[in-house]
Amino acid sequence: MRLFISPTDGIPIYMQIVQQIRRLVASGELEAGEELPSIRSLADTLVINPNTVARAYRDLETAGVVTSSRGLGTFVAATDQSTAHSERRSLLSRKLSDLLVESNQMGIPFKEVQEMLIESYEAFQLSQNSEVNRG
Amino acid sequence: MADLIVEIKDLVRTYGRHSALDKVNFTLERGIVLGLVGQNGAGKTTLIKHILGLLRAESGEVRVFGVDPVADPQGVLSRIGYLSEEGDLPLWMKVEELIRYSAAFYPGWDPKYAETLQKQFGLSSDSKLGSLSKGQRARAGLLVALAFKPDLLLLDEPSSGLDPVVRKDILSAVIRTIADEGRTVLFSSHLLAEVEQVSDRVVMIEDGRIVLDDELANIKESYFRIDLRFGTSQPVAPNLEGSLHWDGVGKDWTVIWSGDPEALTPSLTKLDGRIVAKRGVSLDEIFVAYAGGASKP
Repeated sequence: MRLFISPTDGIPIYMQIVQQIRRLVASGELEAGEELPSIRSLADTLVINPNTVARAYRDLETAGVVTSSRGLGTFVAATDQSTAHSERRSLLSRKLSDLLVESNQMGIPFKEVQEMLIESYEAFQLSQNSEVNRG
Repeated sequence: MADLIVEIKDLVRTYGRHSALDKVNFTLERGIVLGLVGQNGAGKTTLIKHILGLLRAESGEVRVFGVDPVADPQGVLSRIGYLSEEGDLPLWMKVEELIRYSAAFYPGWDPKYAETLQKQFGLSSDSKLGSLSKGQRARAGLLVALAFKPDLLLLDEPSSGLDPVVRKDILSAVIRTIADEGRTVLFSSHLLAEVEQVSDRVVMIEDGRIVLDDELANIKESYFRIDLRFGTSQPVAPNLEGSLHWDGVGKDWTVIWSGDPEALTPSLTKLDGRIVAKRGVSLDEIFVAYAGGASKP
């Protein structure tokens, strides 16, 4: 499990851990049943406070993303398909709202954003296809 | 209370007419890392000297492990692992002599742990402390501060002038200390990124007064940097309640804001202004907002 922590970021470190683990779980990089590193070893690796890791794990447990049992460790919880999908949607929706804020700031009307999105999608499909052909 | 490692009430200290500590109230609970930050001369070291019992309270009260450190220096100092910027090591000693001497002084000395640290830090037994590099000397000081497993690890600007590798050793030591149940760290530094990396709680001291004392995560969640754009050019920074620090010119201003950003909206509407962007802040930015002074309306 690879996490990137930026202490000087405006987001508290425990929240950075929570968000990144949620993302790893939603994307399937962390699978149900997989064991997370112990609080102590993650704190050592990232050179951050073990209390911070403990808080992140607690939050993840409350949210049902992980389960932990004393002595055994912390494990990725099993999520059903629909939860996993709605989690992915909520991750994506955060990015979309960033996009909308930015386009609003630049004064680009929503209609134009829609058109740009379709254009980007077409270009993306082309590049995907050419990769498949090359492969 | 058993859970308070340090308890300071209305502590006052004056140097001549200068008030170094002005009715400081401060507590440190067991099991956390507390980052003490402030400009040079703000009062950090004076506060630490009171905790170590090196200064007697002019007025007010200091309790460390529940006792007055001036009245019981041996009892208090034998439980505090202390590392300062200077290091305060006897430079004429060899590393092995330092270890032997410290082992005799501290009842809780753990020879195995000392050996592990010595290896990890690459300190050879017959090196004279005086001939070590600044970084190696800091590591030797760290070894002594850690190897008796102190209840309180007290680091006063430990990273000043050290390279990133040694600084990481120091931070790792902080983390290992706190990972052992029931141990506590007080860490003063002007390298705020380090403080942000390891602290549970941050206390900011400015001109002998505590201006900020909160859990780091709370601080992160209640301060914002907000970019604003006004309809007309603002000759001076607008005076809005909750603003800590302004930067900008003309129509574009940036404010460091504490509290709910929504609260800005009514006063902004009056000034024909709007929020362009909002993000969280680093401790550095909060520090400058409190200590920088400039651009306040």
